[in-house]
Amino acid sequence: MTDLAMSTARGQSRIGKVALRWLLYIALGLFALYYLMPLFVMITTSLKSLEEIRTGDLISLPREVTFDAWKTAWATACTGIQCEGVRPFFWNSVLIAVPAVMISTLIGALNGYVVAQWQFRGSNLFFAALLFGCFIPFQVVLLPMARVLGLMGVAGTIPGLIFVHVIYGLGFTTLFFRNYYVSIPSELTKAAKVDGAGFFRIFWSIFLPLSLPIIVVTVIWQFTQIWNDFLFGVSFSQAGTQPITVALNNIVNSTTGVKEYNVDMATAIIAALPTLLVYVVAGKYFIRGLTAGSVKG
Amino acid sequence: MTKWLEDHLPKVVLAPSFIAVLIFVYGFIGWTAWVSLTRSKLLPKYDIHGFIQYERLFAAPRWDVAMNNLFIFGALFIVISMILGLLLAILLDQNIRTEGAIRTIYLYPMALSMIVTGTAWKWILNPGLGIEATVKGWGFESFTFDWLVNPNMAIYTIVIAAIWQSSGFVMALFLAGLRSVDTEIIRAAQVDGIPTWRVYTAIIIPSMAPIFLSAFIVLSHLAIKSFDLVIALTGGGPGFASDLPATYMYAMAFSRGDIGQAASSAMIMMAVVFTIVVPYLYSELRAKND
Repeated sequence: MTDLAMSTARGQSRIGKVALRWLLYIALGLFALYYLMPLFVMITTSLKSLEEIRTGDLISLPREVTFDAWKTAWATACTGIQCEGVRPFFWNSVLIAVPAVMISTLIGALNGYVVAQWQFRGSNLFFAALLFGCFIPFQVVLLPMARVLGLMGVAGTIPGLIFVHVIYGLGFTTLFFRNYYVSIPSELTKAAKVDGAGFFRIFWSIFLPLSLPIIVVTVIWQFTQIWNDFLFGVSFSQAGTQPITVALNNIVNSTTGVKEYNVDMATAIIAALPTLLVYVVAGKYFIRGLTAGSVKG
Repeated sequence: MTKWLEDHLPKVVLAPSFIAVLIFVYGFIGWTAWVSLTRSKLLPKYDIHGFIQYERLFAAPRWDVAMNNLFIFGALFIVISMILGLLLAILLDQNIRTEGAIRTIYLYPMALSMIVTGTAWKWILNPGLGIEATVKGWGFESFTFDWLVNPNMAIYTIVIAAIWQSSGFVMALFLAGLRSVDTEIIRAAQVDGIPTWRVYTAIIIPSMAPIFLSAFIVLSHLAIKSFDLVIALTGGGPGFASDLPATYMYAMAFSRGDIGQAASSAMIMMAVVFTIVVPYLYSELRAKND
């Protein structure tokens, strides 16, 4: 608005302003192309036949659209010795992510509620200790965790992976809820206590109904983290329990037979679809989680 | 009994998480630290033998490559992501009509797994059929772009893919920062006829110092933990030319059966993270308590 006032004051710079505006939009458009290019290449490659991939080039559209690569990727592509596509691994990831997200969110909500509203001597220390846990490189816990999972009898199983994701997700889920509940006036809790409501009653009837936004943020954050995890998946799974990220890497790097780039790309898109979908549907909450998780952390 | 429970309920609720953190974070760090001081090979041993694993680590050429790569990768990744992120944020802050859509496009890579990102860029950068072949197909026969298979350049392909993945996120951080600058000051500067670029360099950017710090912390944290991307893109190769500490640790732990080396390299990684993060967290927590 002030721009407009200034440019009319100096009439001849008006054309300059318009040119600058165009330049701005062109620059923004070029950057958009840069970010979209890999996705575009993945999609077009997955729709081409191998023959066309060998003769054509990277950025051309498919002459003949075929979904064969998608069928192969889903049902028959080989990951090492078995050739059942990524379907079983996709379901492994679902079976790991859904309970792990639910459990870690629930515990995080309760922890955050205590740390924000029921402080006692040492509760802040606990919170600080938990926060440091968010920052450790997981390499430092891989070796002992492998042994403990073995001792617990869940090495290489899906419950084992759920357990690992819950434990190392607690830091962030607690952080999210704590930062959210801290902004709710503590007088509310006090008044409810005077009226005779207990710990869980106050949580259930006052805090939980207010929590929808932060639950969405936490669920999205946890789901993205766990679905996209590779380190825990590759370290603590075995042939039948691998998550989809590990299966994708195995398919892409399997050295037997002809290299099927179109199948690789279809598999990669399948692996990316759930988190992309979440991002497109609830991008606002996704971004809020990202910034809250990393800035405040 | 019920009275006691009612009074101590907050502690009871927190207790399982507290015990879990104590064991699975601090206990495990202690275990790894202990084992890094032993002669453990395929199986962990618990007799302390001083710093022998660290001596072996620092003498290993492969670790040397991994640490060098971490500095190259970390420096380029952090600096370029910050510059690109700031640039994009400033461009987007000019009352752009389609801002929401453009922001969505810039940020979507952050929703992808590093394995997906690595797979996509591996295909784009592969010399046989990717960019190199495409440009050659346009008639530039002498064009070569073989970084993916060139031991001297492979680490830079990881930089390229990592920047693509994370720069949009840095943009989002900076954009939030730009929006939080006091608009009164900006308007006053504009009324005084100060050119826009001066408003940015003299007023807006200096006031965003905390955001720069946050972005730096997040990016350096990402850089040190980088593992998936290397595995998917180069597998640490050719040879071990693009190894990072995280892939070194993994190779020692799970394919070489050298637990002592795995533990000591993990401890060094943690030391690097902590020298960056601890002062930051400390100042943050103190600022909150004041």
